Amino acid sequence: MMTTDASTIGIAHIEEAAHPDTVAMQTFGFWLYLMSDLILFATLFATYAVLGHNYAGGPTGKELFDLPYVLGETLLLLFSSVTCGLVMLAVHNETQKRVLIGLVVTFLLGLGFVSMEILEFRSLIAQGYGPDRSAFLSSYFTLVGTHGAHVTFGLIWMAVMIGQVAVKGLTYPVQSRLMRLSMFWHFLDIVWIGIFSVVYLMGVM
Amino acid sequence: MSQALIESTGASRGTLKSYLTGFVLSLILTAIPFALVMSGAWSASAAIAGILSAGILQILVHLYYFLHLDTSSAARWNMLAMIFTVLIMVLFVGGTIWIMYNLYHRMM
Repeated sequence: MMTTDASTIGIAHIEEAAHPDTVAMQTFGFWLYLMSDLILFATLFATYAVLGHNYAGGPTGKELFDLPYVLGETLLLLFSSVTCGLVMLAVHNETQKRVLIGLVVTFLLGLGFVSMEILEFRSLIAQGYGPDRSAFLSSYFTLVGTHGAHVTFGLIWMAVMIGQVAVKGLTYPVQSRLMRLSMFWHFLDIVWIGIFSVVYLMGVM
Repeated sequence: MSQALIESTGASRGTLKSYLTGFVLSLILTAIPFALVMSGAWSASAAIAGILSAGILQILVHLYYFLHLDTSSAARWNMLAMIFTVLIMVLFVGGTIWIMYNLYHRMM
């Protein structure tokens, strides 16, 4: 009985690897992960909506947020989302050089975004307005910081993919990983739309 | 082969035109809310409505032009999963705000 099971599993494994829908299933599975991540962000948005006006005598969003700076961050992320899309076009046309250039440009734009955010956080904390100052700042740092952490992990993933494209070329698995990376990247830009609308723009009003 | 790979996912059927269209629309939908708040031309409640509608429109633009989510059969399960997620999100966020604001007013 055991040997039968083992051999069945072995065959199933081989069939799974050769299944024509493997990439489609992986893509859908990753989509489900993104949806669960969206629920994580929804809870953080709900927390911010409840705590966002409890300043505890500390500064309000109006005093802290610099809209032109946030617009800069927004544009960096939007540009990187577009270049990420252009990378997928290059993957489609199988032009490895363009894929690499596109990934590096996307990486640098994303790095610019994360750097701006880190500088912003640093200056807030240096002024004494860290997450411990008020409920508003706790929920602000948690929401925006969680997004920033996602972008940072996306950057690590992108650096790995730059290496894989350079070394392995545009093989089947590399293409399918690039596809999921681009989904992740576009998803993060969508979450950022929610953040700049609800946290920054409404916070300044 | 790679053609089939791309086609089978329903997640990567963009063209240069679709990305550029999405990009231009996103730029406009980013500029509008920032301009609204920076100029202070509208009253607070009108500006909030403007920010929220521009935000929701831009999310739809991203989903359609960047993530290629539509009603085609290839994207149907992605769409269904997302509709369910949005339902959960509305329950989470809407329910939380409803309960907490109620509580806040009752404790005043």
